[in-house]
Amino acid sequence: MSKKPVLDFTSTWAYEPAPESTDHINIKKQYQLFINGKFVNPVKGKYFTTINPATEEKLADVAEATDEDVDKAVKAARVAYEKVWSKMPSKERGKYIYRIARLIQERARELAVVETLDSGKTIRESRDIDIPLAANHFFYYAGWADKLEYAFPGKNPKSIGVAGQIIPWNFPLLMAAWKIAPALATGNTLVLKPAETTPLTALILAEIIQESGLPDGVVNIITGAGKTGAALVNHPGINKIAFTGSTNVGKSIQKAIAGTGKRSTMELGGKAANIIFEDAPIDQAVEGIINGIFFNQGHVCCAGSRLFVQENVAEKVILKLKDRMNTLIVGDPLDKNTDIGAINSKEQLNTINKYLKIGKDEGAEFYQPSCSVPKKGFWCKPTLFLNASQSHRIVQEEIFGPVLAVQTFRTIEEVIEKANNTPYGLSAGVWTDKGSKVFNLTSKLRAGVVWANTYNKFDPVSPFGGYKESGFGREGGLHGLAAYLEV
Amino acid sequence: MKRLEILKTYKIYIGGKFPRTESGRFYPLENKQGKHLANICLSSRKDFRNAVVEARKAFGDWSNRSAFNRSQILYRIAEMLEGRKAQFISEIVFQGGTNKAAEVEVDLAIDRLVYYAGWCDKFTQIYSSVNPVASSHFNFSVPEPTGVVAIIASEKTSLLGLVSVVAPAIAGGNTCIVLASENKPLCAVSFAEVLVTSDVPGGVINILTGKSKELHTHFASHMDVNAVVYARDNKEEIKVIQQTAVNNMKRVFVYDTIDWNKQESQGPELILDTLEIKTTWHPVENIGSSKAGY
Repeated sequence: MSKKPVLDFTSTWAYEPAPESTDHINIKKQYQLFINGKFVNPVKGKYFTTINPATEEKLADVAEATDEDVDKAVKAARVAYEKVWSKMPSKERGKYIYRIARLIQERARELAVVETLDSGKTIRESRDIDIPLAANHFFYYAGWADKLEYAFPGKNPKSIGVAGQIIPWNFPLLMAAWKIAPALATGNTLVLKPAETTPLTALILAEIIQESGLPDGVVNIITGAGKTGAALVNHPGINKIAFTGSTNVGKSIQKAIAGTGKRSTMELGGKAANIIFEDAPIDQAVEGIINGIFFNQGHVCCAGSRLFVQENVAEKVILKLKDRMNTLIVGDPLDKNTDIGAINSKEQLNTINKYLKIGKDEGAEFYQPSCSVPKKGFWCKPTLFLNASQSHRIVQEEIFGPVLAVQTFRTIEEVIEKANNTPYGLSAGVWTDKGSKVFNLTSKLRAGVVWANTYNKFDPVSPFGGYKESGFGREGGLHGLAAYLEV
Repeated sequence: MKRLEILKTYKIYIGGKFPRTESGRFYPLENKQGKHLANICLSSRKDFRNAVVEARKAFGDWSNRSAFNRSQILYRIAEMLEGRKAQFISEIVFQGGTNKAAEVEVDLAIDRLVYYAGWCDKFTQIYSSVNPVASSHFNFSVPEPTGVVAIIASEKTSLLGLVSVVAPAIAGGNTCIVLASENKPLCAVSFAEVLVTSDVPGGVINILTGKSKELHTHFASHMDVNAVVYARDNKEEIKVIQQTAVNNMKRVFVYDTIDWNKQESQGPELILDTLEIKTTWHPVENIGSSKAGY
């Protein structure tokens, strides 16, 4: 094995730029709130700006919903629930959801480009993962609408009412789909609040919903920041809160709704262990490590941010990992060759940089490849911290960036103990050639999703959600229906 | 001279042992006529913490046992309870119940244990799924126990309310600490005597007596508790528990309106409440794509 990168992309293997065209994209100057089937001005007339984190250029002004707007949206959802949606035959409900799925597919390219512009994620991912999966979620749950009695045999499941849904900035359209599709299929109406840094695709989704002919008020989409979210959480007309985001915010929401009888599901943070055994297929495992932590710039709650390598293969794995990191292309998210796009916001970049400093101060060995990053925009090179220990903050705390903390282990008992030594429990990865070891490990890891010899795979039919402080409830699959029904 | 009756000292049950409360405090239990029945341990926060330590210690073994074995042990509890039915009936009567009501309650409690014994090796099948993902992976979801469950049992019944919340928690593979009814604690302590002779490993079920008013915040705040089940209807306590449990994202389940005397009050959903769903992805060598078929 060479000390230098094995693959030299700078000379014989130069990639020509392959930027995705933005010609067909029409981003409006200003976006209103989507309430009761119409785009309306915010009552107080306040707007905020959403920018492209790769260029720091302004994309659009977006309405900021205040208490009055939240109230209007919740009331519209209540009327739609009582007068229309809960009374509609379930197969008709399903057909509306199918329509939405189809319309997302029809506008997939537009959605992918806007997603990349607004969030900084690579076009490769928004085109191949975010948008198709979002459409698939609507397809999957559309089919459940008229089959709910099969999901809970012996029961007569009923919708809950009006759901308040708050989603994060890391998978803007996909998270909207995760929340909206099952809520509609189970007969609920809703008010959704996208994240303030990435509201645009949810607003295109609002256009799609309008185009689908979905009855007014069934889906309401209101934009804003934390204050808007808090108004939604505290609104007495909400029956259920569905939240995806940080553990801290999740906790404050839980406190706010204590004693109110509001139901909730929480998809919160993670600090996943990705475990590589000596008998693992090393090259595939290295790809798995890369995908585990650098997918979506590491802005992934289930990111494999703690790497555990069995001691006797550690040197080899780390060498190969460094080599592979040197081939990653960091830069223009719209370029189809780009592997790592822009950090979602200046604020998030500051958080990541804070952790880079903490990691160095704690004494972990720091490694970044020698790639260049654009001058404007928010960027972080893929980063390794070697020889990290259990007590390091970079091992204990969620960074939500392309930063991997590497530890080694000798025995299975040791790695189980270390892997479970975190308040989180969202996901984990296991790499080994031995089936019995896979199943032993997957049963002992306290995490809601375990990827064996793969990582960061998602599918609408597959339940997703955490143990411990990673939250409760499941989204996706049959188990995802329960959160929206009284059984 | 008439024989002098031996009075029973009612202790608490932690880690398979019967200690007195660490606090040294007690509360006198009286029936409706004001007759002194017994001195009942007023469990303290320290008792609760000791019980959590024991429950955590027992969790590994209990959750790793085969579902069949757990089922056998739950059935064994029912057997032992059936054998000591008379004692439980007299205790309920002692606390002010009618003979008829006491018999009904004990019968129901025994039948409920048998009901959940039957679920131990079945709920996994009804709550599991194989998920047909679009990629070449074998993907399946199975329930697992959430861990240590802290339970505040119904105030209304002596035995049935306790059995109805403990049985689903341990059937699912969790271990638990349960606070018995404050007004009617006698059967709870005697139930612990049934447990020690039923092959239930020490620490799987820990029974405390005392006041919810003193203990509910600790049940909700303890960082090594995974879930709280609250089967009373005190709105203020419900709110405090829901607020406090947030510290480590405990699962909170409030059964404030369930009438444990009814058949509908039992069901696998109560087991599901203290379970987590784990989904595993594994790649599949996709031979099918070669169009080989059968």
